[in-house]
Amino acid sequence: MTSIGLPFTKHTLANGLDVIVHESRQVPIVAVNIWYHVGSKNERPGRTGFAHLFEHLMFEGSAHHPAGYFPPLQQAGALLNGSTNTDRTNYWEVVPTSAIDLALWMESDRMGYLLPAVTPERFETQRDVVLNERRQNYENRPYGMALMAITAALYPPEHPYHWMTIGAAEDLRAMRLDDVHAFFRAYYHPANASLALAGDIETARAFDLAERYFGELAAGPKPEPVTASGTLTREHRLLLEDRIELPRVYMAWHSPAMFADGDAEMDLLADLLANGKTSRLYRTLVYERRIAVDVSAYQGSRELASYFLVAATAAPGQSLTDIASAIDAELQIVIDKGPSPAEMQRAAAQIEAHFLYRLQTVGGFGGKSDQLNAYNTYCGDPAYFSRDIARYRQATEERVQAAAARVLRFDARVVLSVVPHGRDALGLAGSERIAVS
Amino acid sequence: MGVDRSRPPEVGADPAFRFPDIVRHTLSNGLDLRTVEHRAVPVVTIVVQVEGGSGADPARQEGLAAIAADMVDEGTGSLSAIDVSDAIARLGAEYDVDVGPDVTTFSLTTLARFAERGMSLLADLVIRPSLRDGDFQRVRQLRLDRLRQLKDVAPAVAERAFLRLLYGEHPYGHLAIGTDAALRELGVDDVAGFHRGRFVPAQSTLIVAGDMTHEEMRALAERVFGGWEDHAVPVAWGRASEIEPAPNAGARLAIVPREGAAQSELRIGHLSSRRNTPDYPALLVMNSVLGGQFVSRVNLKLREEKGFTYGARTGFDWRRGLAPFSLSASVHTAATAEAVQDAHAELEGLRGSRPVISTELVLAKASLTRGYPRNFETAGQVARGVAQLALYGLPDTYFQEFVPKVNAVAGDDVTRVAAAYLDPSRLTTLVVGDHPAVIDSLRRLFGDPVLMSPEV
Repeated sequence: MTSIGLPFTKHTLANGLDVIVHESRQVPIVAVNIWYHVGSKNERPGRTGFAHLFEHLMFEGSAHHPAGYFPPLQQAGALLNGSTNTDRTNYWEVVPTSAIDLALWMESDRMGYLLPAVTPERFETQRDVVLNERRQNYENRPYGMALMAITAALYPPEHPYHWMTIGAAEDLRAMRLDDVHAFFRAYYHPANASLALAGDIETARAFDLAERYFGELAAGPKPEPVTASGTLTREHRLLLEDRIELPRVYMAWHSPAMFADGDAEMDLLADLLANGKTSRLYRTLVYERRIAVDVSAYQGSRELASYFLVAATAAPGQSLTDIASAIDAELQIVIDKGPSPAEMQRAAAQIEAHFLYRLQTVGGFGGKSDQLNAYNTYCGDPAYFSRDIARYRQATEERVQAAAARVLRFDARVVLSVVPHGRDALGLAGSERIAVS
Repeated sequence: MGVDRSRPPEVGADPAFRFPDIVRHTLSNGLDLRTVEHRAVPVVTIVVQVEGGSGADPARQEGLAAIAADMVDEGTGSLSAIDVSDAIARLGAEYDVDVGPDVTTFSLTTLARFAERGMSLLADLVIRPSLRDGDFQRVRQLRLDRLRQLKDVAPAVAERAFLRLLYGEHPYGHLAIGTDAALRELGVDDVAGFHRGRFVPAQSTLIVAGDMTHEEMRALAERVFGGWEDHAVPVAWGRASEIEPAPNAGARLAIVPREGAAQSELRIGHLSSRRNTPDYPALLVMNSVLGGQFVSRVNLKLREEKGFTYGARTGFDWRRGLAPFSLSASVHTAATAEAVQDAHAELEGLRGSRPVISTELVLAKASLTRGYPRNFETAGQVARGVAQLALYGLPDTYFQEFVPKVNAVAGDDVTRVAAAYLDPSRLTTLVVGDHPAVIDSLRRLFGDPVLMSPEV
């Protein structure tokens, strides 16, 4: 086993901003990465999609540089982006070492002084941009509304995972500029943020710069943690029509929350079920019986609660009923007997490689700075990297089997059939037809 | 000490960066080996690039190169397709295939300590694939099913129709996956013939980048790939890049109807340039100004000013032969005609009526050059970069010369190449969208459209 580590130094500024520094001097670039511990889980019904729309506004400029966030950074050779999910919003720049001051100035300005730059015109335009994003990535994409239907069925209406981060179109249309101000004051400040700097920078200098640009900002309130619960008490069979050729069946379960007992095991289970030709479901459904054209499995790890998802697309002329029973049969085998030693050996090799590959880039989504912030935001400790590897290495056959048996209940799941328009008969028997918009 | 917020801080001089040294060696069988030491993480990336991508598909055999590439990991020697997948997983390796217009690239990334096992496996796959009929039938059926699904994926429909419109019957005129009719006629013997003729060491490049010395990489390559036999009878294949596409006469509008679509998928462009043009740096800058990055005329207009789209961009789809320049965006159905008009205006404007201004030029050049070293962070990035040099016959000094060459581009150069390589009178405008909702406004602008099926 290779020793794999992600060394760092962490200090918290007086205003509560966590600052994490990792030195890596191979390439003259520095990754600046900021996580705000806010996502669509902090929204409420009727105002869904707001956290993500807000992320767009963060790129429109701030009080001392109202002319847009991109131009000075692109002119410095930066790559930059941001993203929002249910649990957090992240922003990053990868800049040449010479532009670190600029990046920190820009990030601190929008953390401290965003609102004067958010004009009604910019707000309206970004709302339109987001509505376009929603049409492009969900409404106009095959099977694009499936996950929306699934999350709505998995969680009760008041649960913040009931809706997807992109939000409902009518909610986006109903939002007002006042909402932006309230949201900024509630969530965007040092006490609710974590800053990671990784790359070609000396640790002491990185802390000096963080203090210099962010130290003057007021701490702000620490938001109350969000709590929510929901259980499934039966199998929910749903049916959705879409502009597609081949029907697909999805199965979804509640599963252990991110980093909770069983989370790593379910992640490993997803791999052994559907990652590569060797995986159980691919081999049975696609390779041997050829009743499906693709199959996937996924442990969607999230802060409040996770979901485990299996999906398979029917080969032409094949029935979702046969596919669903073939999936159930394979799940029953893994519940009864657990993984094989060979599967666990393969997983061990992949875990080691996967964690090592994660150390190749300092910035961007999934780079070292992003990982340090993830561990810090979710676990309060960037050092969780090594414990993260450990929980995968410690996942035995027995533990994976136990997690599978606990999660994969046939009497507590959502089963969604997606069928071509007008072909409801291709769905699983007893499915309730639903509409998602 | 407070921060001066009156203006953003100045950016210092670009930090020095030593671009990777490429060491070349030709194996006795003619295989072109290029090695790069990359010691950041104990990982190695191995790339085998063979001549012949989708542009090498014979007429009525569209999809042959891609299915041949797909068959490579379907078994070798005593290993079945399942065994191969298992072997890759046991190395913790990432295996990837890319079928381009001119070449096909196989790459494998693994832990440095598995370099020998990884390279041996990759060599077995590329040189000695089993090519069994049973596997072929399954793989072909999956590709036919995929083609059927692509009819509902608007960007894929657009790509497919656009290539067809621009290239017609030219070998570049189809997607790598090919066509339903051609795939149905293909047999495993066609794949074997393609493999025999195209997968030959003297026309291939092997690139190794990772946590090893040049000597170690070379010795390993000799051991593993030295036994790849060259064929006694060389076959003279024509290259797609050497065939001149028929020029399209004038501007035209094409629509692929997509009933009830919430967005219109747009492609606007024409065949423009070859990758090896000396104007390449100026074209990169021109593209950056026009639509190659977030802060560009097209994106600022269509997204940030009008809110018509989640994003609009322009780019060259480079290849050895004549490559398309195009604008692409997915826009709100109701905004289709106005978005198309705005897009045309931007392409026209840069040619003279609204030439590039100095702030745009500085921004475009800086965005291409100042962050350039970040493209050399991982072994995989480096290996892929070197593969591009091999593909286009570019010198080993290319990376070092990139920044000075881009920085030497002047505003007049941008205007000159925009005039020379963009021609609004020849633009093909393709809309994949809700035909009844968009047809009237588009017809008023462009006249009657060519109607195309999503299957082309």
